[in-house]
Amino acid sequence: MALRQCAIYGKGGIGKSTTTQNLVAALAEAGKKVMIVGCDPKADSTRLILHAKAQNTIMHLAAEAGSVEDLELEDVLKVGYGDIKCVESGGPEPGVGCAGRGVITAINFLEEEGAYEEDLDFVFYDVLGDVVCGGFAMPIRENKAQEIYIVVSGEMMAMYAANNIAKGIVKYANSGGVRLAGLICNSRNTAREDELITELATKLGSHMIHFIPRDNEVQRAEIRRMTVIEYNPQAKQADEYRALAQKVMNNKNLVIPTPITMDELEEVMMSFGILEEEDESIVGKTAAQLAAEAAA
Amino acid sequence: MSNLTREETEALIAEVLEVYPDKAKKDRAKHLAVNDQSIEQSKKCITSNRKSLPGVMTIRGCAYAGSRGVVWGPIKDMIHISHGPVGCGQYSRAGRRNYYIGTTGVNTFVTMNFTSDFQEKDIVFGGDKKLAKIITEIEELFPLVKGISVQSECPIGLIGDDIEAVSKKASAAINKPVVPVRCEGFRGVSQSLGHHIANDAIRDWVLDVKKEDTSFVPSPYDVTVIGDYNIGGDAWSSRILLEEMGLRVIAQWSGDGSLAEMELTPKAKLNLLHCYRSMNYISRHMEEKYGIPWMEYNFFGPTKIAESLRKIAAFFDESIQKKCEEVIAKYQPMVDAVVAKYKPRLTGKRVMLYVGGLRPRHVIGSYEDLGMEVVGTGYEFAHGDDYDRTIKEMGNATLLYDDVTGFEFEEFVKKVKPDLIGSGIKEKYIFQKMGIPFRQMHSWDYSGPYHGYDGFAIFARDMDMTLNNPCWNKLIPPWKKPAAEGEDMAKAA
Repeated sequence: MALRQCAIYGKGGIGKSTTTQNLVAALAEAGKKVMIVGCDPKADSTRLILHAKAQNTIMHLAAEAGSVEDLELEDVLKVGYGDIKCVESGGPEPGVGCAGRGVITAINFLEEEGAYEEDLDFVFYDVLGDVVCGGFAMPIRENKAQEIYIVVSGEMMAMYAANNIAKGIVKYANSGGVRLAGLICNSRNTAREDELITELATKLGSHMIHFIPRDNEVQRAEIRRMTVIEYNPQAKQADEYRALAQKVMNNKNLVIPTPITMDELEEVMMSFGILEEEDESIVGKTAAQLAAEAAA
Repeated sequence: MSNLTREETEALIAEVLEVYPDKAKKDRAKHLAVNDQSIEQSKKCITSNRKSLPGVMTIRGCAYAGSRGVVWGPIKDMIHISHGPVGCGQYSRAGRRNYYIGTTGVNTFVTMNFTSDFQEKDIVFGGDKKLAKIITEIEELFPLVKGISVQSECPIGLIGDDIEAVSKKASAAINKPVVPVRCEGFRGVSQSLGHHIANDAIRDWVLDVKKEDTSFVPSPYDVTVIGDYNIGGDAWSSRILLEEMGLRVIAQWSGDGSLAEMELTPKAKLNLLHCYRSMNYISRHMEEKYGIPWMEYNFFGPTKIAESLRKIAAFFDESIQKKCEEVIAKYQPMVDAVVAKYKPRLTGKRVMLYVGGLRPRHVIGSYEDLGMEVVGTGYEFAHGDDYDRTIKEMGNATLLYDDVTGFEFEEFVKKVKPDLIGSGIKEKYIFQKMGIPFRQMHSWDYSGPYHGYDGFAIFARDMDMTLNNPCWNKLIPPWKKPAAEGEDMAKAA
């Protein structure tokens, strides 16, 4: 089987890293050889696989060694549950330097060192919440991730973010082979969430590949720095991740997304009652003004 | 070739513009003009200080060049850190020929390159810690350094290094001024914004330092030389004239200048401004804040020198005015001798210029004193006020070109056929290969000084040496020469 490279995007805090690691653990359980590349300065994309707080990152090791050329692949590549290979790009603490450049440097290093040449079935890039600059789009440029999964929930801002990410994919889809592979709904238990995300996915020209229900088993596993698959293989939630893994393995639904306008997006949200009809007459009015108007 | 008429010059501009696509043509047309001395404001005839068009060969520099290279670089007892990757500092090192007195590496540092030499890790993790370390190391290795400036290269603005915070902390630690300068190369349309940023940094970090210092004893004749970068010794041959007429030069900005001189400048009676473009900002600031008047002057060529000396003297009392006349009279025999020797060899020769801050207009007088004529001139990074000042200096129907492109310059030269071109190193070899005598007018072609009476003598010699060099007659090989001449040569052989 040829190597498939996938990138996971989505709003910050939506559960990308948790979802990715559980998905990857399920793929490994099914016998696939997988690597995770964490593309976030927080370096929390591999902790559930390695049972570690945060693994040493490429950029931190490079800074210690002097330059990235002084590093060897085995310095940065750690192997965890299910023989999953783990690397973290790393980057600066918030407020200094350039995290985007860190991602670029790290991915270039992995390519030059031949990290992808081994007998791998999947590489997953777990990318920082918002594609704030070119560096965080690095994983979806030419010859890298060809499949993008967007983690989303039925909340307004998560859906905004999903639509924006779809816009970014269009840019790279037209110049390369990157495609939107589906929306993963990580449930927040909002009303009619599955229908809503299915509707959004349809509008984007894609599909909701799986609906992951909310389950505290995930948190119980996280406290132990484990995936659900490893912590409690019998749990119902583990089966959800296995189902997602099966769908990803068999996924043929790769599209150039059709991002929608702000108005269209708000219309979808309104039809599901997430967003109320805008009342133009109140825009820019203070509480006092509105009170005075009500009194009149 | 005789000079072009207004109609011919207009036709020439139209012809040169013809090859451009419509949009580029429309834009470039605004930057090319036929001089008309009757126009009061240049904005009616020429546009300047706009972004260069992509695809043309512009000759401009960047904001870092304007700050590190022009304004800050020559301040000799400070160390100027090129903060960022190594190239910006290294490839511009010592290129401007800002002469200075001192022992390099001990108490002066102008021709040295200090850089934070950014690597990938500095981009990713920020360069602030490295910068702090460099400043500590500089203080240890060069204890006689008087202050430090941090000159930002492009990546600093992108990654948001907090150089102000590092500078403040480091300044307190080494008890010397550390000046952060946000002159990232991508800012602005040319080096001009770099000058302004550098001026503002001096205003904010240098000028008020010695406010309470009473050790300086002022005199009524204290002046400063602002905007003279002492290229090939220009400021020195200017300064002696001011001193000979009884003035005391308390600061040179910034050629052969020191930090202490800059700090003392607010105590001057008059600021004398040579390069208006690069230092008018700080002159205006000192006028507003300290009430120090400023005066533009021109020390190129005896006519302008005498005019300027008299204008400066008029600001002071009669004793200065008397000495001013004595100075002019003293140098007159030397001027006469220079003119007698060179004018016959240079009269009627036509010059085209394309330079930077002040020279496109300031050197016109020097050429005219030698009987030459400037038939075309232009600036890399001028603003409207520079062209306002240029219109009066240039003859009617001469060519003005702003931010000229490589193509335009070559085409103009082909049609105007000047006897001499004065421009920069990038232009030099192109025109020499076209067989046209050329002087490098940024660094005086490794010669100078050209300011003052002493400078005029060197200027005249250099122009003659270049223009009347026998090599220009050797460009056509014998077999391509007209038959008659070829026979002559055969006979001679």
